[in-house]
Amino acid sequence: MELVVRQLDYWVTTYRRTWKGSGVSSFVMPVLFLSAMGIGLGGYVDDSSGPRVLAGVSYLAFIAPGLLATTAMQTAVLESSFAVFGKFKWNKVYSSMTATPLRVVDVLNGNLLYVGFRLATTCAVFLLVLAAFGVAGSVVGALGALLSAVLVGLACTTPVFGYSAWIKTDSSFAVLFRLGLIPMFLFSGAFFPVEQMPDTVEWLAYLTPVWHGVELCRDFTLGTASWWPGVGHVAYLLVWVVVGWLWARKTFERRLVGASS
Amino acid sequence: MHATTVGEPLVRARGLTKTYGDFTAVRGIDVEVRPGEAFGFLGPNGAGKSSAMRMIGAVSPVSAGELRILGLDPASDGPAIRARLGVCPQEDSLDMEITVRENLTVYGRYFGLSRVECRERADELLDFVQLTDKAGDSVEDLSGGMKRRLTIARSLINRPELLLLDEPTTGLDPQARHLVWERLFRLKQQGVTLVLTTHYMDEAEQLCDRLVVMDNGVIVAEGSPLELIAAHSTREVTELRFGVGEHEAVASKVSDLAQRVEILPDRLLLYTDEGEAAAIAVHERGLRPVAVLVRRSTLEDVFLRLTGRTLVD
Repeated sequence: MELVVRQLDYWVTTYRRTWKGSGVSSFVMPVLFLSAMGIGLGGYVDDSSGPRVLAGVSYLAFIAPGLLATTAMQTAVLESSFAVFGKFKWNKVYSSMTATPLRVVDVLNGNLLYVGFRLATTCAVFLLVLAAFGVAGSVVGALGALLSAVLVGLACTTPVFGYSAWIKTDSSFAVLFRLGLIPMFLFSGAFFPVEQMPDTVEWLAYLTPVWHGVELCRDFTLGTASWWPGVGHVAYLLVWVVVGWLWARKTFERRLVGASS
Repeated sequence: MHATTVGEPLVRARGLTKTYGDFTAVRGIDVEVRPGEAFGFLGPNGAGKSSAMRMIGAVSPVSAGELRILGLDPASDGPAIRARLGVCPQEDSLDMEITVRENLTVYGRYFGLSRVECRERADELLDFVQLTDKAGDSVEDLSGGMKRRLTIARSLINRPELLLLDEPTTGLDPQARHLVWERLFRLKQQGVTLVLTTHYMDEAEQLCDRLVVMDNGVIVAEGSPLELIAAHSTREVTELRFGVGEHEAVASKVSDLAQRVEILPDRLLLYTDEGEAAAIAVHERGLRPVAVLVRRSTLEDVFLRLTGRTLVD
């Protein structure tokens, strides 16, 4: 753990150069999305069959936690894709770190902690905006939603770390974004209940970490959280975090130390 | 200061081997680096120098053979070894997003130094590599030579007992190279043990007390630059330049004038202890080379002799 803490100054130094830009965008994005989709589009939805399908919940209140969870996913992927790949390939920051007493696993965990921090701050700002729109739920509910959002973010982070260490060229990210990120954004129940889709799509949605994250966040902000299926969602997301971490550790080792026979 | 007793080698390798799948990069080399010396791996690209260096840096695991660095086994004591090494990699691995000075202070923290120590050493080292004016600048704005000097400064932040330099001046212009050499020479005078790889024979001659010549993953010769030249070459070399394609034919006419004749695409090399005399004899035979140069033998000649190839293609 001490070897992980030694990286703190590095992450603080790099964060200080970017926090203003990322801070503004983590405030502006939810305002734009909630205004356009929650209020603009929501006006139509609430006037038509919305109240029936959404069990009386306003469209704004329905998509607010969905946007929170998908924002966690996007932040996670942003911080784990080019940002990680570049540290192997472009500026070789990781190689310079592993030339010191730091081990590969320390470097991996240090970077993951930074992403955890980015997730927590981005999602906290997001929840403040939701509160301003009156859709963050109770204080306990909002805290639960924050933890859930960080968890789903981490469930997307560790596998993408593994992927970024595994690929050879950055063009491979196009595959990840088109087949992973965008479908998960659209079809994980953030904007409409997945039951609206054909069975196959519905079941595919259940497999994604994001659907479980959306459900968790929504149960917390709407105040409908219960032990079951709550624990199931958490457990499923933890599996993604752990399996992703194991894979990332393997690909990081291979990339930094080299496959030795 | 440390547990290493005087005279005990800082690096000791026996049958050191590195394989990547089916490819063997280093084929069982024996190396010893003694405290205070500047030790070089000289060889062309792909000779296995960098692979050897990565093993000595306690980053890349040993495939076979034995390796001890500072008396420790890299397989079990990697972090403890790396804490006492300085590493200047072949490609600059500086962080472009933070300032010149931050690159040093942040790096010092990885070694467990306090923030105060990091700041003090950063300022000292910036002064040493003549980058004090650039302390607050972004790394991106530095020239190649400055980046290289900053990388060297960074590798010194933990006051290493052993400094590893992989191709320290590759890609630098002549002036920048001399500036780097001069700094490395100062470190050597301060008693820092240097291990470097290079494919420049002039760099090896300038900096190394002792070196091994590597080719194809094996060591083909070992000694000081002067010893290697004495053992594998003549005192002088007479270079003759004729028209393109004429060198083969001329070689047979002058082969008795030297102990050995090498035919290169652009010139003939006559290896002899009396270079001037050979040049005059060539002239007396009615041969008229476009250019004649008499010079001392260098490590380049040693390498050519040992491998049949030139170092820099």
